[in-house]
Amino acid sequence: MSGGARGAGGVGRVGKAGSVGRIAPGPGPVVRWLILGTVGLVFAIPILAMVEFTMRQGLAGGYTLDRWIAVATGQLDNSYRQLWVAIGNSVTLAIVTVVVTLGLLVPTMILIRLSFPRLRRVLEFICLLPITIPAIVLVVGLAPVYSVIGRTVGSGIWTLAFAYGVLVLPFAYRAIQTNLDGLDVVTLSEAARTLGAGWFTVLLRVILPNLRRGLLAAAFISVAVVLGEFTVASLLNRVNLQTALLIISKADPFFATIFALLALLFAFALLIVIGRIGAAPIGPRRNRLSRRKARLTQ
Amino acid sequence: MLNVLKGVGRGLGRWGARRPVIGLLPFALYVLIFLALPTLIAVFTGFFDSEGRWSTTNLEALADPVILRTFWNSIWLSGLTAIIGAVIGALVAYALIGTKPESALRSAIDAVSGVLAQFGGVMLAFAFVATIGIQGYITVLLRDRVGVDIFAEGVWLYEVPGLILPYIYFQVPLMIITFLPALESLKPQWAEANATLGGSRATFWWRIGIPVLWPSFIGCTLLLFANGFSSYATAAALTSQGSAIVPLQIRAALTSETVLGRENLAGALALGMIVVMAIVMWLYSLLQSRALRWQR
Repeated sequence: MSGGARGAGGVGRVGKAGSVGRIAPGPGPVVRWLILGTVGLVFAIPILAMVEFTMRQGLAGGYTLDRWIAVATGQLDNSYRQLWVAIGNSVTLAIVTVVVTLGLLVPTMILIRLSFPRLRRVLEFICLLPITIPAIVLVVGLAPVYSVIGRTVGSGIWTLAFAYGVLVLPFAYRAIQTNLDGLDVVTLSEAARTLGAGWFTVLLRVILPNLRRGLLAAAFISVAVVLGEFTVASLLNRVNLQTALLIISKADPFFATIFALLALLFAFALLIVIGRIGAAPIGPRRNRLSRRKARLTQ
Repeated sequence: MLNVLKGVGRGLGRWGARRPVIGLLPFALYVLIFLALPTLIAVFTGFFDSEGRWSTTNLEALADPVILRTFWNSIWLSGLTAIIGAVIGALVAYALIGTKPESALRSAIDAVSGVLAQFGGVMLAFAFVATIGIQGYITVLLRDRVGVDIFAEGVWLYEVPGLILPYIYFQVPLMIITFLPALESLKPQWAEANATLGGSRATFWWRIGIPVLWPSFIGCTLLLFANGFSSYATAAALTSQGSAIVPLQIRAALTSETVLGRENLAGALALGMIVVMAIVMWLYSLLQSRALRWQR
């Protein structure tokens, strides 16, 4: 869903068009900031309430930073061991999910683009399907699948990454497809093949470097989705960051809230990076690309 | 499926053995095992009893008043939060017309919306317990300073009404993400044409903006409905007991240790959810083809 917000700018130009600016369909600055300010304020309240909550000092009232200091200096006792295990699990899952998804999806997308263009709609349908099938429904069917997997390859946490790969499929597909659409893969690969490159050289040295941006965006959005995943892990009885946070919150809601805030901040940072990858160097890259293309086709 | 085979055949014809179809196999197998198989299992377990015999008992359970009530709860909760979320989200998207997509404001709003729409879940439950829980900041503030006890008629945060605010909290960001691209399909030329013909801003919205955008708006609202309908984490984290909405009913059926063989009831519930989702997504695709007419 994040990919769609790019490729933009249509209405934005109206404002700059001088005399036309008068009838630009957008709101004036006062109305704009009134809307953004009000909605922003209302949406900030629950987050600020979380921050306030983590600093409460018992029933007597008053505030303390002790818990944040304890987290920052690592002075947490053994009962938080499970949280570290959970964070480790979530990081493992994020890495394996990215490897599985990109490893399976990218070659398929390129192959379909090059050799089976008619299958593009089929692939798109398959990749967007997980949006339609709720994770809670998928879990009902994944339970028997995972009991078989558990018996054959064991119940290591990494096996869950295959299920997560399905959950991130729509996001990864969109991020890569946006990048792929702006790329003349056929010309690039035919040019490379004319110069004697094999299929793997074409893939590794010509196409993948040009897909860098889409791949990075896909990887980051996958990491964000995996770190926030709760449904599948909780119902298949696996421990990840979110399920552990919920368990800890029953015993100590304060520390659970601190870690939830930190996870939120981390996800925010990840998405800012995605935005930067998507928006930043469009101009120069395109030039370099067309130069490279020109070089290749000469 | 036939189309797939045809496509493969044509692909082969053009490239011969040098572009092997084998390249498509790993992904096809993966999707088969982790997407198609679980979906089929989820849909068809409802048709069998715990011994694997064909049975309609679980499907008949779908007509049970309790189950019907949970479906109704899920539907009105998703519908209400989808509409409120769509209106507020569209308002924010409207406020963002004229800002540059690469501006700091837009990247910040993009990122915040992305986090709140995708990442929510458990965190949202914490946030709303801290805000409007029994000892929540707003609860206490209203009780001590204003004299209003929001829980005067009992604590509703852990029941269906308590889900409304958290759901709106993740619906609005999703609306912003999905509706902004549609707003950006309004071409500057249309505003120019409207101005040249002497139209005002109101004319622009009444004659051009709204007629072009309504399919997208309704489509995004349907997407929000689907999102709320399939959401599980927030409700699960907020209510550890009870199963007022369908996803929680599935949890109860999956984790039930008192009644054996309830996985099949979970299957029937999953089937019910899929049917609702299929109808919603079908309507969405109808509207989407209408909406895309102007987005070229």
